[in-house]
Amino acid sequence: MSRVRVLIGTRKGAFVLTADAKRERWDVSGPHFGGWEIYHMKGSPADPNRIYASQSSSWFGQVIQRSSDGGKTWETVGNKFAYEGAVGNHLWYDGTQRPFEFARVWHLEPSLDDPDTVYAGIQDAAMFRTTDGGQTWRELTGLRNHPSAPEWQPGAGGMCLHTILLDPRHPGRIYIAISAAGVFRSDDAGETWRPMNRGLVSEQIPNPTAEVGHCVHRIAMHPSRPNVLFMQKHWDVMRSDDAGESWKDVGGNLPTDFGFPIDVHAHEPNTVYVVPIKSDSEHYLPDGKLRVYRSRTGGHEWEALTKGLPQSHCYVNVLRDAMAVDALDPCGVYFGTTGGQVYASADAGDSWAPIVRDLPSVVSVEVQTLS
Amino acid sequence: MIRVVLPAHLRTLARVEGELKLDVEGPATQRAILDKLEAAYPMLRGTIRDQVNGQRRAFVRFFACEQDVSQDSPDDPLPEAVVAGVEPFLIVGAMAGG
Repeated sequence: MSRVRVLIGTRKGAFVLTADAKRERWDVSGPHFGGWEIYHMKGSPADPNRIYASQSSSWFGQVIQRSSDGGKTWETVGNKFAYEGAVGNHLWYDGTQRPFEFARVWHLEPSLDDPDTVYAGIQDAAMFRTTDGGQTWRELTGLRNHPSAPEWQPGAGGMCLHTILLDPRHPGRIYIAISAAGVFRSDDAGETWRPMNRGLVSEQIPNPTAEVGHCVHRIAMHPSRPNVLFMQKHWDVMRSDDAGESWKDVGGNLPTDFGFPIDVHAHEPNTVYVVPIKSDSEHYLPDGKLRVYRSRTGGHEWEALTKGLPQSHCYVNVLRDAMAVDALDPCGVYFGTTGGQVYASADAGDSWAPIVRDLPSVVSVEVQTLS
Repeated sequence: MIRVVLPAHLRTLARVEGELKLDVEGPATQRAILDKLEAAYPMLRGTIRDQVNGQRRAFVRFFACEQDVSQDSPDDPLPEAVVAGVEPFLIVGAMAGG
């Protein structure tokens, strides 16, 4: 019988939740790494018992943890993320140039077919890869050495490479997103990169249609249709039908098109989920209502999903890596809030229930579907 | 034998309890202690000092004999009481936050 395992990263530790396919009764394990920020945990598609976690602290820096038994036990692996060659500069908040400086790992993306190969997106934005299970990390320097890098600037959370999508149909094709630079695509396994931001309009930068500088919050794809991408930008929900070459606004009737996470239904490539947030200066829900919005038409037309979610006095946020879907039928949808609740829907969003609540502020949520 | 006290988070990370005792060869300095510590507990690499430039992390402090020696040169000799194991070398998470 299938099971699901939910990997939750919070500001003060990691939690692992498991349930059977009904997704009604949840076993909670944790906190793991109590007191540390867990920006992201993700399991290997090739070996679901292999899980990687990014553990960090303002005091003690970056640690990478690895589990080989589905999150029951953990071991530290390599945590040296050294930029290679000339470090170079990027744009700072005050308009000056500032050297790239490692702060933390935001996102870990295990290879689709090798449990020992993992990509890491870091702050200040750069891409690293391990091929030995995390023992050593090497920078894929082509990204940070892109001629546009001096124009990249930090978003409010820092200049982070936060999204890594591996294209299952085109070997070597990788999409990444940086806040605030935008989307880049590599077709040669990360050696060289091209900005993919045509069609984005950002009024917060001097040239709203610039090639780089956009505050992309998250991108998502369905594995069966990897040329179609969905994006939650600082403002605007966008869609690309040509592998990122161009984007168009599909925000349609959303109450606000500001937000952080975006994800795609496991079996319906045109069904997309977002959580609108009131504005970039408030970072909480509009009208005190926690509403997930679902489009079954690939954008433009959105419906509010509210059953089981608080509809008054709720002022949490849902961060960019804090939404995920399982592969069961019906598809399960999961998200965590800055208020420490993790909600799940076992019916593709029609109804919701908290599977754990009162955790520390949730930073990331990933789901594994286990057979 | 030099006694080293780690902050709680690093004791957990290193899977140790209480004080550590390190046999440091040559002059006992901050650098010599950290070299020995990181060799014995590789999971601590990067948590006390930066792995690339070797600098103490900003929110880590070193105390010895009731003195903050964080700003001393990493190659300065430590107090004799620390070298003799009478007093511990304390690695501390700086007081920060609310």
